[in-house]
Amino acid sequence: MAESLQQLVLDTLDAQSTIQDTRLLTIPGQSAPAASHEDQITILGALNSLLSRDMIVYETHETSSHALTSEGSQIVNEGSHEARVWAALPAKGEGSPLTPVQLKKQVGDETAKVGQGRAFKNGWIGKEGDGLVKLLPTIQDATQNDLQEIASTGTLAAGEKLLADLRKRKLIVQRKGQWFTVRKGSNFSTSTAKPETDLTVDMLTSGTWKTSTFKKYNFDAEGAPTDGGALHPLLKVREEIRNIFLEMGFAEMPTSSFVESGFWCFDALFVPQQHPARDLQDTFYLSDPKEALPPEPEYYKRVSTVHEHGGFGSTGYRAPWSHEESSKLLLRTHTTASSAHMLYKLAAKCRGEKVDSDEAEFAHGSSTVGGPDDGFKPAKLFSIDRVFRNETMDATHLAEFHQVEGVVADRNLTLADLIGFMRVFFKKMGIERVRFKPAYNPYTEPSLEIFAFHPMLDRWVEVGNSGMFRPEMLEPMGFPKDVRVHGWGLSLERPTMIRYGINNIRTLVGHKVSIEGIENSPAVMF
Amino acid sequence: MPTVSVDKADLWERLGQEYTTDEFDQLCFEYGLELDEDTTAEVEAAIKAGLPAERPQLKIEIPANRYDLLCIEGIARALRIFLQKAEAPHYKLVYPPGGESELLTITCDPEVKKVRPLFACAILRNVKFTPRSYASFIDLQDKLHQNIGRRRQLVSIGTHDLDTLKPPFRYEARPPKDIKFIPLNKDTAHTAEELMTIYESDKHLGKYLHIIRDSPVYPIIYDSVDQVLSMPPIINSEHSKITLNTRNIFIDVTATDQTKLDIVVNIVATMFSEYCDVPYTIEPVRVILTDGSTRISPDLSERHTTARASYVNSCTGLSLTAPEVSTLLQRMALHSTVSPSNPDQLLLEIPATRPDIFHECDIMEDAAIAYGFNNLPHTFPATSTVAQPLAISKLSDIVRQEWALAGWVEVLPLILCSHEENFEFLNHVDDGKTAVKIANPKTLEFQVVRTTLIPGLLKTIRENRSHPLPIKIFETSDVVLKDTSRERQARNERHAAAVWCNKTAGFEVVHGMLNRAMKMLEIPLIGNTDEKAETGYFIKESSDPIYFPGRAATIYYRPAPTKASGTLSTIGQDIKTVLHAHRDVEIGSLGILHPSVLANFEIGYPCSALEFTLEPFKKKMQKIWTNDE
Repeated sequence: MAESLQQLVLDTLDAQSTIQDTRLLTIPGQSAPAASHEDQITILGALNSLLSRDMIVYETHETSSHALTSEGSQIVNEGSHEARVWAALPAKGEGSPLTPVQLKKQVGDETAKVGQGRAFKNGWIGKEGDGLVKLLPTIQDATQNDLQEIASTGTLAAGEKLLADLRKRKLIVQRKGQWFTVRKGSNFSTSTAKPETDLTVDMLTSGTWKTSTFKKYNFDAEGAPTDGGALHPLLKVREEIRNIFLEMGFAEMPTSSFVESGFWCFDALFVPQQHPARDLQDTFYLSDPKEALPPEPEYYKRVSTVHEHGGFGSTGYRAPWSHEESSKLLLRTHTTASSAHMLYKLAAKCRGEKVDSDEAEFAHGSSTVGGPDDGFKPAKLFSIDRVFRNETMDATHLAEFHQVEGVVADRNLTLADLIGFMRVFFKKMGIERVRFKPAYNPYTEPSLEIFAFHPMLDRWVEVGNSGMFRPEMLEPMGFPKDVRVHGWGLSLERPTMIRYGINNIRTLVGHKVSIEGIENSPAVMF
Repeated sequence: MPTVSVDKADLWERLGQEYTTDEFDQLCFEYGLELDEDTTAEVEAAIKAGLPAERPQLKIEIPANRYDLLCIEGIARALRIFLQKAEAPHYKLVYPPGGESELLTITCDPEVKKVRPLFACAILRNVKFTPRSYASFIDLQDKLHQNIGRRRQLVSIGTHDLDTLKPPFRYEARPPKDIKFIPLNKDTAHTAEELMTIYESDKHLGKYLHIIRDSPVYPIIYDSVDQVLSMPPIINSEHSKITLNTRNIFIDVTATDQTKLDIVVNIVATMFSEYCDVPYTIEPVRVILTDGSTRISPDLSERHTTARASYVNSCTGLSLTAPEVSTLLQRMALHSTVSPSNPDQLLLEIPATRPDIFHECDIMEDAAIAYGFNNLPHTFPATSTVAQPLAISKLSDIVRQEWALAGWVEVLPLILCSHEENFEFLNHVDDGKTAVKIANPKTLEFQVVRTTLIPGLLKTIRENRSHPLPIKIFETSDVVLKDTSRERQARNERHAAAVWCNKTAGFEVVHGMLNRAMKMLEIPLIGNTDEKAETGYFIKESSDPIYFPGRAATIYYRPAPTKASGTLSTIGQDIKTVLHAHRDVEIGSLGILHPSVLANFEIGYPCSALEFTLEPFKKKMQKIWTNDE
């Protein structure tokens, strides 16, 4: 049917060049012109299909018409309520009048109720005693006539006032309709053969690809979405930074201990025991288990002594030492706790201890130039892992984040080396302009905050911290005096937020992150 | 880091120069300060709008170990010296005209050892305050209380109008009911007991009460006619309070550790000695200590130490002469001269204002700051090493890649979670031997360190209701387990976990994820009754209340045998096969999650979960060449 209708439209256009009014078309298989609303909808379908192939163009015209409600249809068939009431009654003087109850029985509640009043008003019926009788021998049922007219023409010659009255009586409803004027389109032809949308295996075997016409491809639309998995954007940045370290010859340190002791997280780093970072407000302490086993006693003694009484050329903090503070278990506040442990292992040979497997893993490939044979091996180490702070969470702070950390240990390293190295490291991250501010950090001296110029914000922003580990930290581990160790750290979240233009960290890390956001995060290339 | 607010016009006057905000920001940056804010624009806007306005302020962040920079006096002094507009002062103790015999005395009662054992003091004579310098004096005490004093716990300061008091003084400790005086800003006398109640609701003082509250005796300072000076660390007396007209100031400091006591008394005295008729002079006091010995307080003597120019050069990468280093150090307010006997050696006098200098490296840093970090040559360490990734990182990257290639999305939930999420929500009981618990979390979200990755994955699904089904997510990350054999009593374990959420539970989907990971790790699948296979993995039906009954399995791994030794190879084949099965280790589980678990996490669709440890699959990293081997 659809095809024959399309063909009719095309043939009619071919003959008349324009179809002024589609209501005059006769749909194939029907006997009368397509005057009804439903017919025009059918025609619209055919027109749209032709339009998509640019075979025709059309204009839409709006009409408004009326249709009968079910009550209206009933009146057309059976007469109006008042006419039915009138018909049910005996003529005056002929037979006994009907009481309202009897009338109801005969014509039904609804008709009796509505019809009685109107029949009275029209003067068709009257009262006789307790009952009702006809007053006129014949009547003109105007409502029925009007509705009949509406049913056949969709409107009423008498005009809008009467229509409005019928609408109010819920006998008719207004219906919007459409009809169309159709003209030839740029690809007009009388052939309705549909163009092909895609090349198929059948066409290849049958060879019909040679004769088929193909639908124009919409190059403006997007291709079909792929369905594949996705890696998390923060870990994509981690990968990129990890690669920078590996490209620069760094070995990855094991950091698989979220739980640390006060000793390794702070004391070994020469962080004073009264330092605010060790407050309950800043650090998560454990209630179970509570206390660490003691570290190697000789080393522990060297560390506690340098804090409490000084040594290795230092005055020390000269503050009371608390073993309890040192053995408290906590969630590491920085991965420098892990670095400290690795450095302690790296110095094992300098202490005259047997080399532990990890140390051998990190110092491999390193060459020591001209130093004394004291067991020291240079090392370049890095890690990227989670750290914990007992912070109040907001748009830029979570209680856990990732710290990127680098450590270089060699003889006679200089501050200029550290700065030069930082410039190269950040350049590899795409950060060209950096500068260094003197800062305070209990375990590094000198300590430098690293600022980078942010071209979008048009100002310098802090991107990391760095420094040379203090002799009070290195010498108790057993490192020779000429061994210096550079360390630097930055958060992984910050460059990631800048990379992806994220303002709220909770949309990057944690369970509130949108899976769709992960699926759509672009790749990272610094 | 503490932030100090200084009056901008006053600072320019002290520096003898006006700076633009950018210029001053640059100066701060070089010295190691940070200009946080310049309120000038704000003040001008307020004036324009006809609103009351303060004078423009500069808010400057100070390194936490530089107590000498906690007031405008200190900042201006340090910057003037840095800019070579002034030389570092020598702070001097000046005895009363009659000499040592006229020194004021304070006696410490041994009772104080029970509560706040250490005492120091100093006198500033003929001081002239202005309203702003007076405010600065009060503010410095507050900064010291908050920082080095750790909210008055370790150190606290009281300052008094000496002319209202009758020395000698006594530092005592008495039961709170025996202490009675009119405290600062009150007009009636109260016992210490009463004060503890009165100040309970005081926003400012309430937070210090705990320091002494439970002690049987409270520290208290009297003069010779029993007039109270102060009740450290809580409140001074109204009687001796200092005003704008005060000329002679008595500073008392009490503490729990000697080093911090000395630092604080020295900082307060040296900073404000510039307002004395003879600037930088301080009158000492004779303190009779609890053991009967005598100490002259404060001790402002400079600490003599040495530093080597060669050390400074070797650490910084510079090649400066000793006199050049000496000049740099003078700019950092360290008194420095080149040793007459050793041309490499600098003789240093570290002023009492610089207790942050512990070691030669601190002196080296000061030289580098004065030289300018950003003026140092750009060198690159010659350290030659070979890169090496960590075995566990490589392993987990393989699983991450393979699972993402299989069409799954990696998520990153938090490691800390509530106790409920880790146990009760999963229908698991806490046996007290598994999870590490946090003592002081700020919210209930962070009570334990997770022992499983499942809660984080389920929370992620809960928060992603609007994502079209199926949801397929995974995580490869660490959990923490208690381990009493280790120094830190805990160990991390790298887990891989995945959850599938759809209209049907799909056990076979997560099962397939397990198979895929194992296939990529070249671990063969073996039958769960096969005792002969040397190595492989298998799953076996099990029951675990986290899973739906009959839809749960445990994953077992049988590691390859270690190279058989001579004795072992002689043992018969039968025993050997038994040995194979004995090596089986449980590495994880999978199953359809129990509907009650789904309800606990407010998930309306069926889910299947898979979780296993990656630790057994870690490969030993290759030992690449070393100098030893």
